[in-house]
Amino acid sequence: MDLARTEVTGRAARAGSAARLGLMAVPVAFFAVFFAYPVAAIVARGLGADGGWRFGRLWDVLAQSDIRHVLWFTTWQALASTALTLLVALPAAYVFARLEFPGKQVLRAVVTVPFVLPTVVVGTAFLALVGRGGLLDDLWGVRLDTTVWAILLAHVFFNYAVVVRTVGGLWSQLDPRQEEAARTLGASRLTAWRTVTLPALGPAVAAAALMVFLFTFTSFGVVQILGGPTFSTLEVEIYRQTSEIFDLSTAAVLTIVQFLAVGAILAVHAATVRRRETALRLVDPSVTARRPRGAGQWTLLAGVLGTIAVLLVLPLAVLAQRSFDAPDFAYYRALTGDDSNVFLVPPIDAIGNSLGYAGAATAIAVLVGGLAAAALTRRDAGRLVRGFDALLMLPLGVSAVTVGFGFLIALDEPPLDLRGTWILVPLAQALVGVPFVVRTMLPVLRAVDQRLREAAAVLGASPWRVWREVDLPMVWRALLVAAGFAFAVSLGEFGATVFIARPDNPTLPVAVARLLGRAGELNYGQAMALSTILMVVCVVALLVLERLRTDRTGEL
Amino acid sequence: MHTRTFVAAAVGLGLVTLSACGSSDDGGSQAGSKTVTLVSHDSWAVSKSVLADFEKKSGYQVKVLKDGDAGQAVNKAILTKDNPQGDVFFGVDNTLLSRALDNGLFQSYEAKGADQVLPAYRADQDEHRVTPVDTGDICVNYDKAYFSEHKLTPPASFDDLLKPAYKNLLVTENAATSSPGLGFLLGTAAKYGDDGWADYWKKLKANGVKVVDGWEQAYNEEFSGSAGGKKAGADRPLVVSYASSPPAEVIYGDPKPATAPTGVSAGTCFRQVEYAGLLSNAANPEGGKALLDFLLTSEFQQDMPLNMFVYPVRKGAAVPAEFTQFGPQAKDPETLDPAKIADNRDDWVKSWTSLVLK
Repeated sequence: MDLARTEVTGRAARAGSAARLGLMAVPVAFFAVFFAYPVAAIVARGLGADGGWRFGRLWDVLAQSDIRHVLWFTTWQALASTALTLLVALPAAYVFARLEFPGKQVLRAVVTVPFVLPTVVVGTAFLALVGRGGLLDDLWGVRLDTTVWAILLAHVFFNYAVVVRTVGGLWSQLDPRQEEAARTLGASRLTAWRTVTLPALGPAVAAAALMVFLFTFTSFGVVQILGGPTFSTLEVEIYRQTSEIFDLSTAAVLTIVQFLAVGAILAVHAATVRRRETALRLVDPSVTARRPRGAGQWTLLAGVLGTIAVLLVLPLAVLAQRSFDAPDFAYYRALTGDDSNVFLVPPIDAIGNSLGYAGAATAIAVLVGGLAAAALTRRDAGRLVRGFDALLMLPLGVSAVTVGFGFLIALDEPPLDLRGTWILVPLAQALVGVPFVVRTMLPVLRAVDQRLREAAAVLGASPWRVWREVDLPMVWRALLVAAGFAFAVSLGEFGATVFIARPDNPTLPVAVARLLGRAGELNYGQAMALSTILMVVCVVALLVLERLRTDRTGEL
Repeated sequence: MHTRTFVAAAVGLGLVTLSACGSSDDGGSQAGSKTVTLVSHDSWAVSKSVLADFEKKSGYQVKVLKDGDAGQAVNKAILTKDNPQGDVFFGVDNTLLSRALDNGLFQSYEAKGADQVLPAYRADQDEHRVTPVDTGDICVNYDKAYFSEHKLTPPASFDDLLKPAYKNLLVTENAATSSPGLGFLLGTAAKYGDDGWADYWKKLKANGVKVVDGWEQAYNEEFSGSAGGKKAGADRPLVVSYASSPPAEVIYGDPKPATAPTGVSAGTCFRQVEYAGLLSNAANPEGGKALLDFLLTSEFQQDMPLNMFVYPVRKGAAVPAEFTQFGPQAKDPETLDPAKIADNRDDWVKSWTSLVLK
C-alpha cells in the first residue's frame, strides 16, 4: 500500500518536472530568439572587432566625464523620483486600502491610466501643463520645461499607480485588529502604526520602490521630451549613441552597464518579494475598508483626491482640452484626411493598426507568460526556476532602442527573416507584456491547492488535463486581467515600436510622435486628438479590468 | 514545443491576422523584379505625377521606405548593409558622407546625367559611389518684424552674432543630434579654422545662444518669425535654419503673404549637399540604376524644390519664383572638404558638447 503510493507520487513528481521543463521550453525559446539573440547581436556589433573583443572600450567609455555625468544623473534622478513618488503615493495607498468612498473603483482605474500611456503622450501632456504657453505659464508665468522638476513630476505621474497598487493591495489585506490591539494596550496611533503596520508593509514598500526605481532609472521618452539637450539618462544616451552619433561601441558599453544595474535591481526585488510572500496572515480586503471617520481621515481623503486631480487628471484633461481646441472637431476630422507627406495612410488608420498589433502581442504575451507562470507555479521550484523568474523581467530594463536595432540586424535571414514583416511589432510589444502576465498570474496559480492537482494526477489525468480541469476554472479571471494588462502595455509601447513600425503601418504612439515632429497647428492638434483617443481606449480597458479584478490577482 | 514549433506557431498566428494589419511585403526587391525600393529619410517627397511618369517609362514600380530622420536613416542603412532593405538610398549629406562611404554602404555606379551636375556639388569622382541630388544652405534666419520694431539691423555675418545688440536672440540646434545644428557648427569651423571655432562658440555662449535638441523645436517653438513660433509665443528672433525656410513661410502661409516674414543672414551659411547611391548587395541593381538616373533628370530636379525645399544640382534646372525671390542660394557659403569633415566631425562635436552644453 505504502509502496504503491510512493510509486504513484514519484511518477507524478517526475511527470510534473518533465511537464515543467516542457512548459519552460516555449518561454525560454521565445526570450532566447527574440530578446537575448538580437540584444547580443547589437552588442557584439559594437564591441567585436577583427574576430576579437574590445573589452578595453569598457574603461575608455566609463572614463569619459560626460558619460560619468550621465550615470550620475540617471541614478540621482531615479532616487529623487522614487522618493517623491513614495511621498506622494503612500497616503493614497492608505486611502485606497482603508477608506470606503463612492467612485473608488473608477478612481483606481483612473490612477492606473498614466502607467500604460506612452511616454511621448505623457511628455506632451506635461509640456502642455508646464511648458511655454502651458497652463502654469498662462496663470503665473511659471515654466518648468527643461528643468529637472518637469522630469520628476512626470515620473511621479507615471509611477503613482505602482505604489498605490502594490502597497495598497497588501495594506488592504492586513488585519486592522493587530493595530487596534496595540492601541488598546496603550500605544499612540503613531506608535501603533510604526511598530505594527509599518514593519508588515515594509517589504511591499521596498518592492514598490524598487519597481519605481527601475522604471525611472530606464526612463526614455519623458527625459527625451522634457529634458532638452542637457539632461540625459543612460537609456537616452544609448539612443543618441546608437541612432544619432552612431558610436556603437559606446552604446554597447552603456547597454552592458544598464543591463548589470537592472539585473542588480531585479535581484534585490526578487529577494524582497519572496519575503513579502511568506510572512503575513492576510484577511479579505472588503472587511478592512471603512467610511472615513474624524477630521483626520476626511482631510487625508480630501488631500489625496486633490493630489490626484492636480497631478494625474489635470495633465490628461489639458491634453483632451487641446484636442477640442478647434471648431467642429477639426482636429479629429483631419485625422481621416490623407496626408501623404507625413504618413502613407490617413492617421486614423493608426487606431486599427494599434488594436491589431496589440491584439497579436497580447496573444503572444499570454501564451508565453502563461506557460512561464505555470512553470514557475510550484513553490518548491529550484534556484534555476527562480532565476528564470527574475530573467523574465529583464526586457523591462533593457533599452528599447537596443532591442529595436537588434531586431533589425539579427532577424534578417531565413528561417528568421522577419524584418519588414508586421509580426516584428507585436513580438517587440510582447516582450514588455510578458512580465506583466507573469506577475499577474503567478500569485493566483500559486494559490491553487497543490493537492487538487495531485488528486487529479492520481486519478490518471494527464498534465494538460489537470491544468484544464483544475487550474483553468480557477484562474481564468486572472488570465483575462493579465491579457488586459498586456494589451494596455502593448498599446502604449513606443521605444521599440518606433524603430520597427513601417511608415505605412504606424501605431498610435508612433503616429503621435511623428505628428509632433512636424510643423503646423493642424499637426499638433491631430497629435492631441490621437493621444486623447489612445487615452480613452486605455481607460476603457482598465475599467473592464477593475470589474474582473480578484482579490488574489497579483500586482505589478 | 521547441523553437521551431513555436516560431511556426507565431508565424502562423501572423498569417491569420495578416489581413488585419495591412501589407507585409518584405523591404528588399528580387533580382530582375519589376519593383525597385528606395530607402530614404522622413523628408523624402516627390509629386505623384512625376513618379508615375518614371514608373510608366521605365516599367519599374517604385516602393519608398522612409526610415526615420536623416541621421537615423543613414545609420539604419549601414547596420543592414549586408542585407539591405532596398536598392537605392537617398539622403546622406556631405556631413555624414564619409560615414556611409567608409562603411561600404554603396557600390559604384555613374548615373546618366552625372556630367550635367554643377561641378561644385560633385563628390567621390574616382569611384562614383554616390550621385549628388540636391543642395541647400544652412543659415541664420531672422524675424523681420522684430528687427523693424526694434529699429535694429539684422546680423549679416558670423561675427555680427557676437555683438551685444544681438544678445539672447539666437536659438540653434544640438550639433550632436540635429543636422542643421551640425551644419552651423561646421560653418563656424570653416570660417574660423581648427583653432578659432571653439573660441567663437565661447563668445557666442557668453552672448546668450540657446541650444535645443531639434530643428522642429527651434523653428516652431522658439523662433518668433515662424507661423508655429508666433502661435507658441516664441521669443527668439534669430534661428539656425535653411535658406529655403523663408519661401516655405510664403508658400504655406494662409493667407499667402506678399513677402516673406523672415529673411536670411547671408554671411552665416554652410552648404549642404545630399547624395543618393546604389546600395551594396542591392537585390535589384538594374532597377536601382534606373532610379538613380531618374533622380538626375530635369523633370525630377525641377520637381524637388517645392516638395523638399532644396535646390537642384543639375545645370540649368529651373527654380520656382518664390525661391529666387525670398530664399536665393547664398553667394559665398562656407564649405568644408568631406575628408576634413570625416577626420574632425566626431572630435568637434564632442568638444562642442562639453563647451556649449555642459
